[in-house]
Amino acid sequence: MTVLTDKPPSARTAVAAPKRPSRRRRFGYPRRASVWTYGALLAVVAGSVFPLYWSFVVSSQTSEAVAQVPPVLIPGGHLFDNIAWVFDSTDFAQALLNSFIVSASVTISVVFFSTLAGFAFAKLRFRGRKVLLALAIGTSVVPQQLGIIPLYLLMAKLGWTDRLAAVIVPGLVTAFGVFFMTQYLGRAVPDELLEAGRMDGCGTFGLYWHVVLPAARPAAAVLGLFTFMQAWNDFFWPLVVLQNNATVQVALSSLASGYTTDYTLTLTGTVLATVPILVIFMVLGRQIVGGIMQGAIKG
Amino acid sequence: MTLLNRLDTKGSPYLYVTPFFLLFGVFGLFPLLYTGYVSFNDWDLLDAGEHTWVGLANYRELLHDPYFWNALGNTLSIWVLSTVPQLLAALWIAHLLNHRLRARTSLRMGVLLPNITSIVAVTIVFTQMFGRDFGMINWLLGLTGLGPVDWQANTWSSHLAISVIVAWRWTGYNALIYLASMQAIPHDLYEAAELDGASSGQQFWRITVPQLRPTIIFTAVISTIGGLQVMAEPLLFAGSSTPTGGSDRQFQTAALFMYEQGFREFRFGYASAIAWTLCLVIAVFAIANYLLTRRIANDEE
Repeated sequence: MTVLTDKPPSARTAVAAPKRPSRRRRFGYPRRASVWTYGALLAVVAGSVFPLYWSFVVSSQTSEAVAQVPPVLIPGGHLFDNIAWVFDSTDFAQALLNSFIVSASVTISVVFFSTLAGFAFAKLRFRGRKVLLALAIGTSVVPQQLGIIPLYLLMAKLGWTDRLAAVIVPGLVTAFGVFFMTQYLGRAVPDELLEAGRMDGCGTFGLYWHVVLPAARPAAAVLGLFTFMQAWNDFFWPLVVLQNNATVQVALSSLASGYTTDYTLTLTGTVLATVPILVIFMVLGRQIVGGIMQGAIKG
Repeated sequence: MTLLNRLDTKGSPYLYVTPFFLLFGVFGLFPLLYTGYVSFNDWDLLDAGEHTWVGLANYRELLHDPYFWNALGNTLSIWVLSTVPQLLAALWIAHLLNHRLRARTSLRMGVLLPNITSIVAVTIVFTQMFGRDFGMINWLLGLTGLGPVDWQANTWSSHLAISVIVAWRWTGYNALIYLASMQAIPHDLYEAAELDGASSGQQFWRITVPQLRPTIIFTAVISTIGGLQVMAEPLLFAGSSTPTGGSDRQFQTAALFMYEQGFREFRFGYASAIAWTLCLVIAVFAIANYLLTRRIANDEE
């Protein structure tokens, strides 16, 4: 339905349901956007983009320029000086590396284990399946942030404070991932395909590896993106447990809360921390938007 | 072979869902439950983990702690200020997006952009924009003849600023969720309403909103659970690493108070009592909100 609406009216009627073509054309839902609709939407998008644009402007100016009234709104030529300044001020390179390690490991693991659990929930018959699935989805409303003190005690006991494992291991599989893959695999993998795999002598793990994982690729990509961005942006738990081995967000927060805060410095750090996510979003934004909307319908 | 086969089909499903439950149990549920045990103790990290059972003493202290009530009040104020306008704006933006549009994907991406940036980045940028002396927002206020506001210094202004930061990051996300539900509404409903001469405003309130009921309830409950745990925004909005939420604690939230007591004062028992109390508050508000939104949406039908 949504795909059809993008095409011009003539193309739409050609593929529309043949039963009532005249009616659909007369009313045309959803409605065509008016100038006002476009204007309002552009204003909203401008409001969304502006703070990020602004941080880019500041990061390319000198500190003196930031204190000007009225504010400068056009990028200057000091971006690379400022980036060098950030790398001199804190161990930002290590922080970027840490965040890459954490996000990449969490992403691979979440995709693997969520698809595995999703396969079991969507395609295998076992006693207690429905109850367990409901339980898994229900866990997502538990305010886990409030269990942070024993979690810290646990990590201290394991000797994991200031080690990346403390951030990676708790995130290795998520309720959202399990739910998302269960939904997708239920639709995308026909039972006949699994039956054929069984005939060929596949065990359940063989089915997972040879049939389910390849079929899950589109959804796995979306889940992977979400997971990567979430892990990259995670702040509270790393702040507590990685005080001397910061991830990007923790390093950024300490840049912003020093005794002498310089906005050019902190906003350059902000740009550096945001660019990797922004690149992913530019390239794969369509899939991310689609993923959120799909999850919404099923939820 | 057949025995192995049967073992495989009967047993492996459980094996495949085990990693999730194991991990949630160890790193999600256990810490939350153990928080309860810690909260009944005098548990000081600096004494090398020494702890003594004190029963309800932490809770008793909490109920008489003005800092706690202050933090709880701030939390509720910021939650209302950020959630209500956010969800209404999301509904409106979703309605705008639910048209036949050119550059449809780009517009949706533009709306979602704030949500993919990190809380830390967003808060830093906005804190700069809300700056007293050189901030863009005070400059704009100055153009309209209003005096500069010291956003951090006052209770109301800091709550407003933090709410803007929270709402900016989540409005577009909620708009896309509403949009997805709007697209699932059968077109016949609108066609019938149009034949009956209903205006587009009437159609929105009589058809769209009631049809979105489950989604509105869902977003209200989710933003309650999230909104009452807000801590990173007020922590970073202060512009220093002191987790008091301003010099007079004017914008310290309950979760931030927990962080301060746990990881600055190292009073793990007391911080755990805060955590469990906040948990209870969240549960009460989430359920109340569920009942309330259900009722409001019902009335509109």
